[in-house]
Amino acid sequence: MTELDGNSLAGDLAEIFARDMTAARFTCGGCRHTGAVATLRVWTPAPGVVARCPRCGDVLLRLVHTGGSVLLTLGTTRLEVPR
Amino acid sequence: MVRAALPGRLSWQAATVSAVREETPSARTLILDIPDWSGHLPGQHLDLRLTAEDGYSAQRSYSIASDWPGDGPVEITIQRLDDGEVSPYLTDVVQAGDQIELRGPIGGWFVWRAAQPVPVLLVAGGSGIVPLMSMIRDRGRRRARQPFRLIYSVRTPQDACYADELRRRVRDDPGLDVHFVYTRKAPDGWPAPPKRIDVATLNSHGWPPDFAPDVFVCGPTAFVETAADILVALGHDPKKVRTERFGGK
Repeated sequence: MTELDGNSLAGDLAEIFARDMTAARFTCGGCRHTGAVATLRVWTPAPGVVARCPRCGDVLLRLVHTGGSVLLTLGTTRLEVPR
Repeated sequence: MVRAALPGRLSWQAATVSAVREETPSARTLILDIPDWSGHLPGQHLDLRLTAEDGYSAQRSYSIASDWPGDGPVEITIQRLDDGEVSPYLTDVVQAGDQIELRGPIGGWFVWRAAQPVPVLLVAGGSGIVPLMSMIRDRGRRRARQPFRLIYSVRTPQDACYADELRRRVRDDPGLDVHFVYTRKAPDGWPAPPKRIDVATLNSHGWPPDFAPDVFVCGPTAFVETAADILVALGHDPKKVRTERFGGK
């Protein structure tokens, strides 16, 4: 397990949103902490990435690459995006 | 299904390694010719993808070391991690003429923008120097007036990347200061024994918090946490302290 931060999500999120998302602001559903996506705590053994609130540790985002798609889970909503 | 690349869409492309430059015994710069490079901001990175003959592929992010004058090659500096899956190939095997698959530029938060008229403090641990060097080079090319201070922590003097260039830039540019921290072995005649970055270092060699500087901290995760905690404890606004963690040790 490697601990990184939200800067490392830049490429995968840009692939989905077609723009830089590291400067986007998140609000944690658990503790209401807000900050730039770049400041999330990210744990990654590829192919899956888990990003947590830097204050309370709640999982805010999960990203998993499968053969033909990217699964992006934000809170309780899962998006399956074809690659 | 093959899709045409949309403008602004991040897509993989082939680049050619036009030259390599050894920076230290364990770090190497790849100079890349990228046909469709839209330019980049200092602090951004790119993703490299290596694919083996059996189809297995590994992807890693590398910070860009060069600034962007409007055209020319793009440089990345790679530190060899002995247990790494990708970095030993890039530091030991790749040669000029090889092709590499990449996409970028990527990122937009850990970026220095020259329009921001405040002093800048850069804090680098090991290979964390790479994106900060892009900022230093960008400032130099623009002859920007914001004063820059770099605090650069390395294990030994031999581990410092860009040492000659930094010396030259400090000599020719009164607006740039560099302070080295040696954690394992200091050069002969260095006034202090080796130590890790601490409150005294950041207090003496950084900017006072009331200057409200922009701060960029980059390096191994534990280094970044320590430096950022100290800076906030010294009174820097957490919102002005931007961090990028490289993981590892």
